Amino acid sequence: MSNTIHDMGGMHGFGRVEEEPNEPVFHSNWESRVYAMNRAMGPLGLWTIDEGRAAQEALHPAVYASASYYQRWLLGLEARALQHGLVTSEELAAGKAIELNDRPNKIFKVEDAVGLTRSNFDRAPAGKAVFKTGDRVRTLNINPQGHTRLPRYARDKIGEVEAVRGCHVFPDSVANGKGDDPQWLYTVVFDGKVLWGSDAEPGLKVSIEAFEPYIEAL
Amino acid sequence: MSINEERGQNDLTEHSHNHSHEHGEMSELSDTELRVRSLETVLAEKGYVDSAALDAIVEAYETRIGPQNGQRVIARAWVDLDFRSKLLEDASTAVNTMGNVSPVGSHLIAVENTPKRHNMVVCTLCSCYPWEVLGLPPTWYKSAPYRSRAVLEPRAVLAEFGVTLPDQTEVRVWDSTAETRYIVLPMRPAGTEGWSEEQLAALVTRNSMIGTGLAQRPDEKTEGS
Repeated sequence: MSNTIHDMGGMHGFGRVEEEPNEPVFHSNWESRVYAMNRAMGPLGLWTIDEGRAAQEALHPAVYASASYYQRWLLGLEARALQHGLVTSEELAAGKAIELNDRPNKIFKVEDAVGLTRSNFDRAPAGKAVFKTGDRVRTLNINPQGHTRLPRYARDKIGEVEAVRGCHVFPDSVANGKGDDPQWLYTVVFDGKVLWGSDAEPGLKVSIEAFEPYIEAL
Repeated sequence: MSINEERGQNDLTEHSHNHSHEHGEMSELSDTELRVRSLETVLAEKGYVDSAALDAIVEAYETRIGPQNGQRVIARAWVDLDFRSKLLEDASTAVNTMGNVSPVGSHLIAVENTPKRHNMVVCTLCSCYPWEVLGLPPTWYKSAPYRSRAVLEPRAVLAEFGVTLPDQTEVRVWDSTAETRYIVLPMRPAGTEGWSEEQLAALVTRNSMIGTGLAQRPDEKTEGS
């Protein structure tokens, strides 16, 4: 889903940014297990990073807002494990495996934790990049039911292409089960007044990473 | 570390800042803790996760993969102009030539603060953050206040971090909406001529690499920061 509470840019009412002195990496053991399970499950290839994001965005807005960060990760992982048939709700309730189905071909092992580098999201382009640095563009006014990475505050806004970042997996496609559909990615920068009007803070510029289908030539 | 070493109590709200009320071995597990334990047990029994590998992931982020990597990157960029230009051109490649930081994958981008421009990084849609060079993000970075306000009123947010910039300084906010990851190259503090990379690294705070802080001056350097 796209127009829901995860798309927070520009919202009011959440209060001050509170920094926690000497914050630990994890606040409790369960947080670290949730994080590690998500990291270990990713390389199995059962789902993509965008499907993981979409699972959290599908939470009810009231749940999303009241759950802690790692609780959202837990709820998202449970949802995917159930949807993909890895576990059943009976098993989760019982806390043990009941149906021993086929085991996955690969599994994240101790030695895989040595590197822990990011995946590469570059993909071979189907064609040349339509836009180049310096081009003036307008973002589309889209409100898709499915996952997108074009935030609401930056829709239907005029900006400038500042950099071409290569051709990447397209979240709007892959999160919705339609494959990588690689698209050119651009850094598009907007003047603060374009986004927020005449009351914008002085000297503000905001950029997003915009996939080619998000923008049109002026 | 095993799943049996559960501690702490967390309810279904944002985590409590009071972590002093840890429970003894007789404590009851919270609903969240029970769900996590149940999920791990089922996934492990069915062969989807190896609990020892989970331990290794946690250990990596509690020890090797943290802001100390970014601190070394920034300090190198301050003393080595050739490295600095390579970092700004292709940060992933430049960082992987260093040897004393853990490896990074693709799409890392370094953006440079100057007297005319201050950079600040956010992910309004989730929590995208350069894990490899900064470790896992602090809670405030993932929080609704920061995600909502960083693109709307970054100067007000900076003020809450104790940073005030001249009106004529451009404040450039980078919303990490794709798989590119940003690290800010803060300005080198005055009064550090001739300092070693190691000395300089100690002035590089995590927040200065996100853009919610500046590198520390020699006279404000604090232990463990």
